[in-house]
Amino acid sequence: MTPPAAGGIDCDIHPAVPSLQALLPYLDEHWREQVVTRGLDELASIAYPNNSPLTARPDWRPPSGRPGADLARLRAEALDPFGTSIAIANCLYGVQLLYSEDMAAAFARAVNDWMAKEWLDREPRLRASIVVPVQNPELAVDEIERCARDPRFVQVLLLVMGDSPLGKRRYWPIYAAAERHGLPIGIHAGSAYHTPPTPVGWPSYYTEDYVAQAQAFQTQLTSLICEGVFTRYPNLKVVLLESGFTWLPAHLWRLTKYWRGLRMEIPWVDRAPTDIVRSNVRLSLQPVDAPPDRDGLLRIIDHMQSDELLLFSTDYPHWQFDGDAALPEGLPDSLVRKMMLDNPRATYRRLPQPAGLGAPG
Amino acid sequence: MSRHIVAPVQDIPPGSRKLVTVKGRPIAIFNIGGEYFGLLNRCPHQGGSLCEGRLTGLLESSRPGEYRYTRQGEILRCPWHGWEFDIRTGQSYCDPERIRTRAYAVNVEPGRLVVEGPYVAETVAVSVEQDYVVVDM
Repeated sequence: MTPPAAGGIDCDIHPAVPSLQALLPYLDEHWREQVVTRGLDELASIAYPNNSPLTARPDWRPPSGRPGADLARLRAEALDPFGTSIAIANCLYGVQLLYSEDMAAAFARAVNDWMAKEWLDREPRLRASIVVPVQNPELAVDEIERCARDPRFVQVLLLVMGDSPLGKRRYWPIYAAAERHGLPIGIHAGSAYHTPPTPVGWPSYYTEDYVAQAQAFQTQLTSLICEGVFTRYPNLKVVLLESGFTWLPAHLWRLTKYWRGLRMEIPWVDRAPTDIVRSNVRLSLQPVDAPPDRDGLLRIIDHMQSDELLLFSTDYPHWQFDGDAALPEGLPDSLVRKMMLDNPRATYRRLPQPAGLGAPG
Repeated sequence: MSRHIVAPVQDIPPGSRKLVTVKGRPIAIFNIGGEYFGLLNRCPHQGGSLCEGRLTGLLESSRPGEYRYTRQGEILRCPWHGWEFDIRTGQSYCDPERIRTRAYAVNVEPGRLVVEGPYVAETVAVSVEQDYVVVDM
C-alpha cells in the first residue's frame, strides 16, 4: 500500500489478552483468588473462534498462542507496513459475557490496566478504548472516570449485542460520561451471547453469526437515534467498528422514510436520521463488503452523501484483506486522506491534533 | 391570479372540510374555527388525498420523554403514510423546504361584492344575500 496520506490513523486493531493468566497481576486479591478457587480458565465465547480463518490472517497467525497477543508482531504486522502513526486498540475479551456485575467490573479494570501497562506504555503509537462493565452502567461510569484521566484512552468500547438496545435510558450515564470526557462510544461487532445473535433465533453456523452482526448494528443505530441519545447528548460521537458500511445508505433510506410518517411518537428526533448520522456517527473501513467492481463501491460511497463518515482501519489481526490492500482500489485520494487522517482526528479529539486546532476542551 | 367562488359559507361550517375543483385542480378546503384554509389535495409523497387526512396538533420536543403539543387542529396528516403538513403553509414537517403541498389563500366575501366580479363562479350560483368562500389561484 502506498497511501496518499502518510502517517495514517488505524481506528480498529485488536491486541489480544494472551490468556487469563496475563490478567492475574491486574486483578485485585479477591478476584485473583476467585480465578483460582473457581478454576476459571478463559472468558471465551464463540466470537472469533481461535481457528476460524476470520480470526487471523494466515501470515499474521503466530506459531502458538493467540493472534494479536505479541507486541513485536503487532508492530511488524499492523503498524510498520501501513506507515501507521497511531492505532486504536480495541480489546475483545469476554468481560461483557459475565452475569456478575462486580466480576465484570473487576475484569474490565484488569483489562484496561493490562492494556495501559503492557501495550500503551511500551508503544507510543498505540491508543486504546476503555472496556467497561456494561452490565451495570453505574460501574461502567466509574471505570470511564478512572481511565479517562489517562489521555491515551480515547474511546469507550461497547459490543453491538448485549442485553438491551443501546438507546435505552439505563445506558445514558455512560453516554453522559463519554461526552463529558470527549470520548466517542465505539460499538464493536460481538455479542455477550445472552441472547441469540439474530432477531429470529439461534443460527447454526459461524457464517450466519458474523453476517448477522450488520443487522445488529442497524438495530443499535436505529435505537440510539429513536431513543433520542443524540438529542440529549448532541456532542456525542458513536463509531461503528467492524460493522461494514455498505448497508448504511439503504438502511438510512428506510429509517428516514418511516421517520417521516411515524416521527410523532419520537418528536425529539427533530432531524432526519440521515442528518443525525452525518453529524454524530462514524464507521470503520474494514471489513469492506464491497461490490465486485470499483464503480459500484464509488456509487455506494456517493450514496453515503458525505466523505466524513469513514475511518481507516485494518481490523488487525482479523482476515479482511490480503497483503497491504487495506484500502479498496479506486478510492479518490481526497477521500483516502480524509479517512486516514482528517476524519479520525475530528472523531477522536484526544488524538494529537494538527497545529492550530488545539486540544480537546 | 384570479378569485374563485367555491361554495356558500354554510356548505363548509367550522370543523368541516370540502373538496372542490378550481381550474381543474383538486383543492381541499378546511374550516378550522371559522378560519379557512386551502391545500392542493395531493400529498407530495405519493399523491394521497389530503382532504381525507386527520387534523392533529404540532408535536415537538427538546429532549427525550418530553412532549410539547401545540397548534391543535392545524397539522394535517396524510391518510396514506402519515406525513404531516402545516395547514397554514402546506409545508411538511419532515422537510419543510423541499417537501410541501401547495397552499391557497381562502377567504369569505359577501355576496354583494362577489356578484360584481372579478370573481369566477364556475359552479356556484351566487346571490347577494349570502357570504361565499373564495379561493385565490
